[in-house]
Amino acid sequence: MTEMTPFNTALVDPFLPQPYRIARAVREAADMVTLDLVPQKGEAPPFQPGQFNMLYTFGVGEVAISMSGDPADRSRFTHTVRSVGAVSSAITALEPGSVIGLRGPFGAPWPMQAAEGKDVVIVAGGLGLAPVRPAIYHLLAQRARFGRVVLLVGMRNPEEILYRREIEQWRSHLDIEIEVTVDHADLSWRGNVGVVPALIPRMAFDPKNTVAMMCGPEIMMRFTANALRDAGMAPGGIYLSMERNMKCAIGLCGHCQYGPYFICKDGPVMSFDRIANIFLVREV
Amino acid sequence: MEGLENILLRHSFFQGFEKELAPVVSGCARNLRFAVDAHLFHEGDPADEFYLIREGAVALEISAPGQAAKIFLTLGEGELTGLSWLVPPYRWTFDARVTKPLRAIGIDARCLRTKCDSDPRLGYEMMKRLAVLLVKRLHATRLQVLDVYGRTES
Repeated sequence: MTEMTPFNTALVDPFLPQPYRIARAVREAADMVTLDLVPQKGEAPPFQPGQFNMLYTFGVGEVAISMSGDPADRSRFTHTVRSVGAVSSAITALEPGSVIGLRGPFGAPWPMQAAEGKDVVIVAGGLGLAPVRPAIYHLLAQRARFGRVVLLVGMRNPEEILYRREIEQWRSHLDIEIEVTVDHADLSWRGNVGVVPALIPRMAFDPKNTVAMMCGPEIMMRFTANALRDAGMAPGGIYLSMERNMKCAIGLCGHCQYGPYFICKDGPVMSFDRIANIFLVREV
Repeated sequence: MEGLENILLRHSFFQGFEKELAPVVSGCARNLRFAVDAHLFHEGDPADEFYLIREGAVALEISAPGQAAKIFLTLGEGELTGLSWLVPPYRWTFDARVTKPLRAIGIDARCLRTKCDSDPRLGYEMMKRLAVLLVKRLHATRLQVLDVYGRTES
């Protein structure tokens, strides 16, 4: 079952952005930045892996961005943002010290509690690694509570591997299996080349006792869900982080409607069995 | 020492293969080892032998004049190097280079094709497996060429 957290009821007014200062900005790529956001007063509200905030650039607009930081760190929110539109472009151009508006946390998280005692397979593609990173922090911090942990990462090429240094650090944990694959590479690359779903048959996990969490381009998730089903997993154990255009973030405006669901409230994390019947419908 | 028939039958490509057909295939097979950076074949070479990977890894590479060579696929344990040996003119269309010490079963393609032609049951068993492989590679290639991690992703 999905662990539902419709929105943070502790928020006095879920529509009122709170001011946050950019404490650090790490340039991940020419069009991508990771921001540490510190509240102007008090501490950041708690969040669960998989949730998102609405980031507001004054005078430009607001956009939903998943948490990508450590859920145990209450001093800040961390977000990795790629410049794809007016608002995200404005956010990626901000310098440390700038102030940004923030509403959240919102949305249903990854099923960390339901995954306890089970094998966990995490599949991330491209920027999709950002929304699963809080889950990885949690898994590493609470390692004994989980069975085998497998992380599969797909990227465009070796030069664009997100959080590369951190992936190398995670690899030093001997109790987590990590495979990175890229779509193409030059001859100096010694790792995998090919699509990320192709890695699934190579990995050791018990499909009858596994929770899979995936985030990435929807077409990648379709292929990955099929590969997990081929490996013997039931749809109810497969969770996806869905993405639609979110506005209010609390299930009122309908912008992010996805069939009978609102992604902001019923998602972004949803189990495959809930959406399997609409996942292949182009118009939804 | 384990016989080649058993090694073949344990390879995932031959999962569920009829046991009585195994000696027919193993008659065309041999055990091989390759060191890192050895080439199994080059683009344009006759595709007269293909390889079932038992252990290690192989990079499939392609190059164009004036451009650096690119790796477009890596293969590991349980996989098969390519299908150019199956269709005329039986020539490889890419290079295959060992990237991790390799143990493989080499299968004489001409020998196997001849046996498949003369024994439709064997031919059908092989084609059932090869068709699955072909479709999976086609689907994966489609996903790869879509450049799904490109900038249009939101």
